Amino acid sequence: MRFARLALALGMMLGAGAAHAKIDTDPLPPKKPGWSFDGPFGMYDRAALQRGFQVYKEVCSACHSLNRVSFAAMSSGDGGHGFFTGPEVKAIAAGYKIPAGPNDKGETTDANGTPLTRPGIVADHFPPPFPNEQAARTANNGALPPDLSVITKARAGGADYVYSILTGFHEKPPAGFTVLPGKYFNPYFNGWNISMPPPLSPNQVTYADKTNATVDQMAHDVVTFLSWAAEPTLEDRHRIGFGVMLFLLAFAGLAYLSYRRIWADIH
Amino acid sequence: MAGHSTYVPKTGFTRWLDARLPILRFANDTMTTFPTPRNLNFWYSFGGILTFMLGIQIVTGIVLAMHYVPSADKAFDSVESIMRDVNYGWLLRYMHSNGASFFFLAVYLHIFRGLYYGSYKAPREILWIIGVLIYVLMIATAFLGYTLPWGQMSFWAATVITNLFSSIDQILPHAGTAITEWLWGGFAVGDPTLNRFFSLHYLLPFVIAGLVVLHIWALHVPGNNNPLGIDVKGPQDTVPFHPYYTAKDLFYLLLFVILYAVVVFYLPNALVEPDNYVPANPLVTPPEIVPEWYLLPFYAMLRSIPQKLIGVIVLFGALITLVFVPWLDTSRVRSMRFRPLAKQFFWALVVDCVLLGYLGAHRPDAVFPGTSIPMLPFARLGTAYYYAYFWLVLPLLGLIETPKPLPATIATSVTGTGVEQVNAPAE
Ligand code: HEC
Ligand code: HEM
Repeated sequence: MRFARLALALGMMLGAGAAHAKIDTDPLPPKKPGWSFDGPFGMYDRAALQRGFQVYKEVCSACHSLNRVSFAAMSSGDGGHGFFTGPEVKAIAAGYKIPAGPNDKGETTDANGTPLTRPGIVADHFPPPFPNEQAARTANNGALPPDLSVITKARAGGADYVYSILTGFHEKPPAGFTVLPGKYFNPYFNGWNISMPPPLSPNQVTYADKTNATVDQMAHDVVTFLSWAAEPTLEDRHRIGFGVMLFLLAFAGLAYLSYRRIWADIH
Repeated sequence: MAGHSTYVPKTGFTRWLDARLPILRFANDTMTTFPTPRNLNFWYSFGGILTFMLGIQIVTGIVLAMHYVPSADKAFDSVESIMRDVNYGWLLRYMHSNGASFFFLAVYLHIFRGLYYGSYKAPREILWIIGVLIYVLMIATAFLGYTLPWGQMSFWAATVITNLFSSIDQILPHAGTAITEWLWGGFAVGDPTLNRFFSLHYLLPFVIAGLVVLHIWALHVPGNNNPLGIDVKGPQDTVPFHPYYTAKDLFYLLLFVILYAVVVFYLPNALVEPDNYVPANPLVTPPEIVPEWYLLPFYAMLRSIPQKLIGVIVLFGALITLVFVPWLDTSRVRSMRFRPLAKQFFWALVVDCVLLGYLGAHRPDAVFPGTSIPMLPFARLGTAYYYAYFWLVLPLLGLIETPKPLPATIATSVTGTGVEQVNAPAE
């Protein structure tokens, strides 16, 4: 103890009086709503994935791209990791317009000047909402909505963090905190001023399975979908991991027995 | 031990081969009948574990390289496509990225084992120095690998580390900048940098593999040290490597692999900075630029010193120091089991390195959480202790410390009669 205090005093002398101001806009710790894919046996909830896809498609995709995800990935056929049948995915893909220029005459637009497009096929990736970063910023007050393909892996707190951002808008700013013009108060975001307008409001989507579309529900569903988008192979990983653990434990048990047996005559 | 071959070829073919390329004799003498001290413990299994991990890194790395694209535009996407589209690509990548962590975990335990049992002392100095070289190359390889996914941390770590060389400007104006730009292949970290880093990242593991062969060769001349640190005095002190240590090492290897598998399958991103899942962006500096955990102690040393060039010298000096350890330790007793004072300084060094690792993850101006105690002085003290351990404690203790009596032989100690023996002959 005496040594610790001495070390401390010495330390103080060495340190050049590191002054510091506590930032009071540190983000709140994220909420923990619990996820079906948590834990070593966790799997994605299919119904939540389908609902979450709907929320992404009808709400978030207006601003956020999902560049790294293909339609095919959503298919559960052919050993896929998805949650729609093959024909369903085909129909979903066909509903998207994919940039198709230039055609065989070298034109990139039709007679009216609109860029050429074609219906999507399953091998396509989700098309981005904006043609480039500048267009995205112009539409969003100068802020850039990040691509959401790996968002749950790209933020500390992961799924909990994204869920907290989406459900963290209704809270009132504390007295003395100013929300900057064009920004919104969100205490789960670093600095508390976020450029994303509150994306979800009750009953914003109508779920086919009649689930009540509260903000919490939609947030939980879309975050399940985004977690899948970031790590579509999680279920394989958990399944194979279980087999690998069983094998290794059994192998280690046998190795232990043979080790004891071989060494028995030495001690 | 070297040169005492007990191999007897049994078939016509092996006799024919033995007269031309005695490779089976070599395998037999080094991996089967090799006389090994009978008292090696758990801490001696990490050599085998390290060889295994090098194999894992090379095999997974070669397959990853078949799908990876070393270009600033495509690197991040190609890693994502490995994760999504390549069969078992996620498994390869998680084995490789976490494999690096477990490789370092093993090498740190291996190095501290050597420091505790005095394995660096005569006649094993060359063996130790080859080990230090391997460790330095591992650091280089891991740093180069960390840049390949071309996320934010990749890009900024490459920028920070290559920029260290620009500190040479302080003694040789322009030379540092020239070296840095030569390393970059341009005026900033970019495509040419990524390409050469990939090429070197592919090359160095094979250089490491070559050094591992030398390391094992240098081991097999004097033979293993052991937890008692005394020499093998005769056949009663040893057992043949096979089956005794093959069985023991296999068991400990499996325990290690279980731990590794838990991380690969259930916590594959626990050791990764989330920022590295954000594609590299030269225009946005991340709030914190940190290396992977296994380099944090060195990062703490670097950042604890305000003068950049001195910081760089302290950083590299910490590595170079290890080369001199065989001559800095003046004690005639190898194992810390018999060195009551040195043992305490040793454990203080272990704590010191862990503390430096913790401090390295925080900005130099940070305070301990929930207090107003600044971290910087501790990083400085920690750096000072690291140097003091090797350059002051080890040389001086050997002169003033009275070691405990050594057992006569390994055999008497193992059978429970030797350790307390008072009239042990002086070494
Ligand atoms: C009106 C456009 C718009 C819509 C719709 C929208 N966002 Fe955003 N989003 C943004 C902008 C702009 C930002 C950048 C915020 C910033 O950096 O301050 C952002 C940022 C984010 C972030 C990153 C926060 C961080 O830590 O950097 C997440 C996660 C996110 N949005 C999720 C969603 C989800 C999920 C939806 C659909 C439910 C959605 N957004 C709908 C505009 C939008
Ligand atoms: C000493 C052994 C090695 C170590 C310590 C090591 C370390 C690393 C590290 C830390 C990364 C970054 C991990 C990530 O975030 O993905 C990486 C990536 C990579 N390594 Fe290695 N590596 C080793 C051997 C090899 C070998 C032998 C090859 C090829 C022959 C290789 C090929 C690759 C490739 C292609 C990547 C990029 C893909 C990816 O990000 O996963 N590595 N390595």
